[in-house]
Amino acid sequence: MWHRDSDRFRLFTRRALMLGAGKGLLLTGLAARMYYLQVLESDRYRTLADENRISHRLLPPPRGLITDRFGAQLAVNRQNYHIMIVREQTPDVRRTLEILNQIIDLGPGIIERVERDVAKRRSFVPVTVRDNLTWDEVARVGVNAPDLPGLIIDAGRSRDYPEGPHLAHTLGYVAAVSEKELNGDPLLELPGFTIGKSGIEKVYDLALRGKAGTSQVEVNALGRVIRELEREEGESGNTVVMTLDLELQRYANQRLSRQESASAVVMDIHNGEVLAMASHPAYDPNAFTTGISHRLWNSLVNNPYSPLSNKAVNGTYAPGSTFKMCVALAGLESGIISADQRFFCNGYLDLGNARFHCWKRGGHGWVNMHNSLKHSCDVYYYEISQKIGIDRIAAMANKLGLGTETGIDLPNERSGLIPTKDWKEIQLGKRWQGGETLIASIGQGYVLTTPLQLCTMTARIASGKAVKPHLTRDHVAPDGISSRQNEEFPDLQISRASLARVRDGMNGVSNELHGTGYRARIDIKGMELAGKSGTSQVRRITMRERQTTGVLDNDDLPWKYRDHALFVAFAPIENPRYACAVVVDHGGGGSSVAAPIVRDLLIKAQELQSARPGISAADLPASAQLRPKPPQSEEGEG
Amino acid sequence: MPFSKYRIGEDPDYVPIGRRLLLLNWTLVALITALSGIGFAMLYSAANGSLEPWAERQMMRFGIGAALMIIIAITDIRIWLKLAYLSYFVALVLLVGVEIKGDIGMGAQRWINLGFFQLQPSELMKISLVLALARYFHGLTVEETGRITLLLPPLLMVLAPAALVLRQPDLGTALLLVAGGGVIFWLAGVRMWKFGLILGSALAAIPIGWQFLRDYQKNRVLTFMNPENDPLGAGYHITQSKIALGSGGLFGKGFMLGSQSHLNFLPEKQTDFIFTMLGEEFGLVGGLALLMLYALVITYGYVIALRCRNQFGRMVAIGVTSTFFLYVFINIAMVMGLIPVVGVPLPLVSYGGTVMMTILVSFGLLMSVSIHRDIRISRQGNDDGRQ
Repeated sequence: MWHRDSDRFRLFTRRALMLGAGKGLLLTGLAARMYYLQVLESDRYRTLADENRISHRLLPPPRGLITDRFGAQLAVNRQNYHIMIVREQTPDVRRTLEILNQIIDLGPGIIERVERDVAKRRSFVPVTVRDNLTWDEVARVGVNAPDLPGLIIDAGRSRDYPEGPHLAHTLGYVAAVSEKELNGDPLLELPGFTIGKSGIEKVYDLALRGKAGTSQVEVNALGRVIRELEREEGESGNTVVMTLDLELQRYANQRLSRQESASAVVMDIHNGEVLAMASHPAYDPNAFTTGISHRLWNSLVNNPYSPLSNKAVNGTYAPGSTFKMCVALAGLESGIISADQRFFCNGYLDLGNARFHCWKRGGHGWVNMHNSLKHSCDVYYYEISQKIGIDRIAAMANKLGLGTETGIDLPNERSGLIPTKDWKEIQLGKRWQGGETLIASIGQGYVLTTPLQLCTMTARIASGKAVKPHLTRDHVAPDGISSRQNEEFPDLQISRASLARVRDGMNGVSNELHGTGYRARIDIKGMELAGKSGTSQVRRITMRERQTTGVLDNDDLPWKYRDHALFVAFAPIENPRYACAVVVDHGGGGSSVAAPIVRDLLIKAQELQSARPGISAADLPASAQLRPKPPQSEEGEG
Repeated sequence: MPFSKYRIGEDPDYVPIGRRLLLLNWTLVALITALSGIGFAMLYSAANGSLEPWAERQMMRFGIGAALMIIIAITDIRIWLKLAYLSYFVALVLLVGVEIKGDIGMGAQRWINLGFFQLQPSELMKISLVLALARYFHGLTVEETGRITLLLPPLLMVLAPAALVLRQPDLGTALLLVAGGGVIFWLAGVRMWKFGLILGSALAAIPIGWQFLRDYQKNRVLTFMNPENDPLGAGYHITQSKIALGSGGLFGKGFMLGSQSHLNFLPEKQTDFIFTMLGEEFGLVGGLALLMLYALVITYGYVIALRCRNQFGRMVAIGVTSTFFLYVFINIAMVMGLIPVVGVPLPLVSYGGTVMMTILVSFGLLMSVSIHRDIRISRQGNDDGRQ
């Protein structure tokens, strides 16, 4: 039998060796695979491993500051404390929130909302419980921290407008990015990131936004941050210095606040700097930065005095008699009319079978240009406009900045309207009627202007230059700030003599007895203003009304049918520096309602010497540039 | 061969206990301890530098298992021969038992709770099958191995537990049982064409067998074919494992510094994917070193087999070594994306008590073969050389 066994053994040995060789081969295969993965393909896998573990996060840059011309802060970034809860760090989310609710008031439904959010997210992801904690609340939560496991207080930045409603219309506001505004920039997708939605915040959004920083963090498979590997700080946005003078602006708001609805603009006639721009009523832009409530929004939208609209640039009004300077200049420049030429006003002018009334029943008698402005005689302008025609008037109006946007750095500026014969034929398909020229000559009918255009017109009449208004001290572009210094506006190409005649008329309005603006003159030596009133109708006065009840008094009419009160002026008369326009919506008479406001604004502007140079972004002290600060430095006052 | 010296009541092959301890393959014990030590280190790293929860328990299990291994090693090989069929029978009954219990319990329970220890019948079967088949073929001559009728019983012995385990479902263990059984058939001298026939019909049966696979098993195979199809689902394991290995490079990222492992991108890093972690932290050098250790252990098994003078021992030695090899190969090939993911741990290194026990018990048998290598056992198995 043993020989059989040795057969078996030999066979076994052969087979075992074959098997062993097979295993050796397989193990060699494993080693080869290891070599392939760990040496040949190593670089690729190393990259993949880094992609796994390294996550790039954007650091939102601090938004640029906005200051007034002297550096007073108008829009800043405030520390915004919010309280968050981390599920895995608290034994019982609900209990912790209930304790918190006893310490600070969370408001109804918050606990339920947080519980839902917490359940949806991974256990280590913080969920915001409440935003905008006051310093007092932060302190109370801090003191009770031992009873509140899993709660963290986080400081973020949110936009703050220290002046509240004072500058709402020019500054605008920021708010969360909407779906439509996403353009692939990952910065816009950061939760809580805000962008400019109106005003300067919108126009210069890119310059104010700054450059995002990045943080490289190591994350685990669940996305939890393990540590920060690298951090590249972003660049904060550019500081934008506005031309506004905060003092004057505040005063303008205060002065308008007695009216239901009004707007005012004060500008420097030489360089076009807008020193104050007010629109009343206003709203508090701070309400938008953290999300406005539905109720507040609805009340703003439905308010008949349209607080959301900046009426200085978005409101269009028939200029009324303030348009008469245009017509007068057009007459003088045409060569058809001379300043001394006189026309007789008996209270109306008949054209065809229509009768055009002067505002003064009984008429002004013989009137020359000076007096036509001083008394605001309508018949004089009916007469000269008939002679020079609508197109000459329109050309002069355009030259003075009416009928087109002024180009101010605000969104949605309205262009107003200066009608011409062609315009009517193209737009309305009807021939221009002679009577329409007459109506246009007193700034009624088709003529529409914005308060800013009227202010610009006044500035151009006062300076003789094609001044354009603007709101920032320097040119602001997405890639930075450049100086406006040494910028000269071209000459208007209107003869000095003509301008002098018209300015003389405006002087008469304000500084001569019986002038329509005499009561609202400035009788401080060296500060005198020269102006022009306007009262523009918003309803048609029928013949029947004239004959039966007489023209209804404004006070007897509902608010929305009352006349708009307008007044434009420049000051001082010698070496003019400031131009101002005020429109009081449905305010009544221009000389009685609007003129006193203009007077007060021009006195204030001269007292404040608003036109003194002010600063430029480049001159700002480094501290005002708002480089990213350590978060502690801003909360010191608490 | 002189076998006349034998007298009743006296065993000429008896080896005293003390001598058996002397004959014990201490080098092999050292190799096994070294491999387990690497396991402890990796488990320590997997727990981010803590003995809890894995390393300490694994050490304790190794201690108990090593003691058991030595007891088995110094037990006379003939006792194991006698117990071979019994242990197979017990294992089979237990497998049926968990199958029935699993059905009743509505779950895939694979173990029996013995209070101090959870016995997995499938693990017991891995050893018992080798023992039983070795015993069976020990009794056959070369000519008898050629007879198909005599090959049917052992074939059944393999397929019955494999089918039961597959139903649990545990594809990995079923594969190990079939392959381990096949090795014994091969060593017994079954003709190659018969293997060819079986393999051929197995391939032909794949489309039929496919229908019996569970969804997750199908997914594993499909994912293996194309892991990038489903990078976050079933393919995630393999993709992350390859990234971890590849990023380890030549020398690795350093002990406890593997980003894939420590940031949890790598799943199951303490069990099935522990080799990946080793590869990430110690690189190609570390991986090859571990592979060399395994190769040494396997070579050792072959040396023991070839030096053994009884067929049973030889078969047990190669059988046990082959099962060990299969564990190593399947696990490492799996984590490197060479074969589909089947739940096979890396022996001695992966965390897990039962596998540790199985491996140490089987090494105990291997050492018993070595200690008792000079004992000759007749084909009937009872007596020595006499019939």
